[in-house]
Amino acid sequence: MSTDTIGDSLTESSGQLYRRLRERLFEGGLLVATVMGIAMLAVLLAYVTVDAFSLLDPEYGSWVDWQFLTNLPSRTPTEAGFLAPIVGSVFILIVMIFAVFPIGIGAAIFLEEYASDNRITQLIQINIANLAGVPSVVYGLLGLAVFVRGMGLPSGIVLVGGLTVGLLVLPIVMVSAQEALRSVPESRRQASYGMGASHWQTLKNVVLPEAMPGILTGAILALARAIGETAPLIMIGAATSVFSVPTGLFDTVTAMPLQIFNWHSRPQPEFRHGVVAAGVVTLLAVMLIMNAMAIYLRNRYESDEL
Amino acid sequence: MSTGRVIEDRSDRERRVERLTRAIFFACAAATVLITLGIVVTLLKDATVFFADPRVVVTDFLFGTEWKPTQLTGDGEYSFGMLPLLSGTLVITVLSGLIALPTGLAAAIYLSEYASTRVRSVLKPALEILAGIPTIVYGYFALVYITPFLRTIGFPVGTFNALSASIVVGVMIIPMVSSISEDALSSVPDDLRNAAYGLGSTKFDTSTKVVVPAALSGIFSSFVLALSRAIGETMAVTVAAGQTPRLLSITNLDQNIYQSSETITAAMVNVAQAEGGGGTPAFYSMFALGLVLFALTFTLNIGAEFMRRRLREEYQ
Repeated sequence: MSTDTIGDSLTESSGQLYRRLRERLFEGGLLVATVMGIAMLAVLLAYVTVDAFSLLDPEYGSWVDWQFLTNLPSRTPTEAGFLAPIVGSVFILIVMIFAVFPIGIGAAIFLEEYASDNRITQLIQINIANLAGVPSVVYGLLGLAVFVRGMGLPSGIVLVGGLTVGLLVLPIVMVSAQEALRSVPESRRQASYGMGASHWQTLKNVVLPEAMPGILTGAILALARAIGETAPLIMIGAATSVFSVPTGLFDTVTAMPLQIFNWHSRPQPEFRHGVVAAGVVTLLAVMLIMNAMAIYLRNRYESDEL
Repeated sequence: MSTGRVIEDRSDRERRVERLTRAIFFACAAATVLITLGIVVTLLKDATVFFADPRVVVTDFLFGTEWKPTQLTGDGEYSFGMLPLLSGTLVITVLSGLIALPTGLAAAIYLSEYASTRVRSVLKPALEILAGIPTIVYGYFALVYITPFLRTIGFPVGTFNALSASIVVGVMIIPMVSSISEDALSSVPDDLRNAAYGLGSTKFDTSTKVVVPAALSGIFSSFVLALSRAIGETMAVTVAAGQTPRLLSITNLDQNIYQSSETITAAMVNVAQAEGGGGTPAFYSMFALGLVLFALTFTLNIGAEFMRRRLREEYQ
């Protein structure tokens, strides 16, 4: 403040110039800070894409090819494949969808459609916010203690992996389902009650169909988040590399990020800059597709409303 | 007569369905509370097993300066001092905070006070992407691209180092700071801004001397949440910072920053990989570390929530 006053009293124009300059610099600085992280990520993504497709290294062909997607892991970089972790990730997602997501959606329905705003509801709500902040590695310990040591399931199998990562993303599923339910206009419910429908009938025939796109969008986003999780799977004893494709719930499983973790520690540069880059690009591509699906779903049903 | 009976039957059935569905949905909601209870109980239970082991001393765990959780076979040398791990976590949390807190706050001010609706609608989701990239991918980026880059521009960094890990952790928690801070800044009533403009303030003055101070509790809340996230971050630091427990030393801070170190989370991952079978003190040490980690992040998260509530009360 004091420098401003001195500047003002000296000459009006130099003070104004100083202020205008400061305004510009401040706004420019803010913009740079906003874009910096995004720019850095963009550069890193460009690097990994170049590596994955060997764009600067014609000696090798692209590391991402049909063989990479359909081969099992190998010590030889050119033969190493991503099939087992791809299938493993899909199996884990399937377990999550059937065993964990219904609980999250059910909990959201209870909070939005049934519960009155009392202590218990608030407790559940605060609890959800807290669960979202628990480090993923701690969920791994929970899975290890409850599913493996408590229930005696074998460590590192599809079922345990899906349940553990499912618990981790449960808050995401729940919060987005709550938002979807909240966005259904109250008038629809009242109309249904007015026709003599019961609470459950209203929910089943009016509220849920309307909220379903929003719930699905949240579920897909949760799956996209889950597919990148590594630490919980390591904690439950999932192998970072397996030599067979899982076929059932009790088969040992690895997932895409685990295989990347396994490969990154190999000394050969072909692994570091080729195979791992290909794995990273594949994983990111899958996540991108899932996010695009979620956005498409949301936009489509939002525009229907209007 | 008969119609009345049918109606009664139907409403009876309806009432039963009503009760049943309500009970099912309540069970789902209750299950989410069970998860938290499950976390607390399992951590406490298995941490107790760890501390009950005659070979483990609680004070050695809390204040010991050496982390060497080798299985108690072979030479039998082991030590469960968690201070080096806490040091590793502290260094990476502080360094990533130095990156993310100013950047995130600047981004929040830009988005809330300066950006046009169109620019905002592009930048906001773009920032969110930073938090959506899997952390293993960030770890790989740090190890393979950022560390060599740091070396080219003159930093004496090792293959594994806390600095490059901190950079990626910092980048990934920017959205946490920016989105929560932006919410806090936007919730400051326009009356305050208009009053400042009316007194002849420029946009810079209004932003820094009126809007930011008014949203301070929300901004701090975002800072605390972001730091909590950094403390719990696992794969990026495991991959990029390495596995060398290193005690914090003020006289030798260079080593803490430029050389390999191990965080609490990385130590848990390493023990899990080495001791999958269970039963050893090293195995149970994971739960003691998990308990420390949970207590740290839980306290910070609760503190952040408390601050956020205060802000909400002020302006609503």
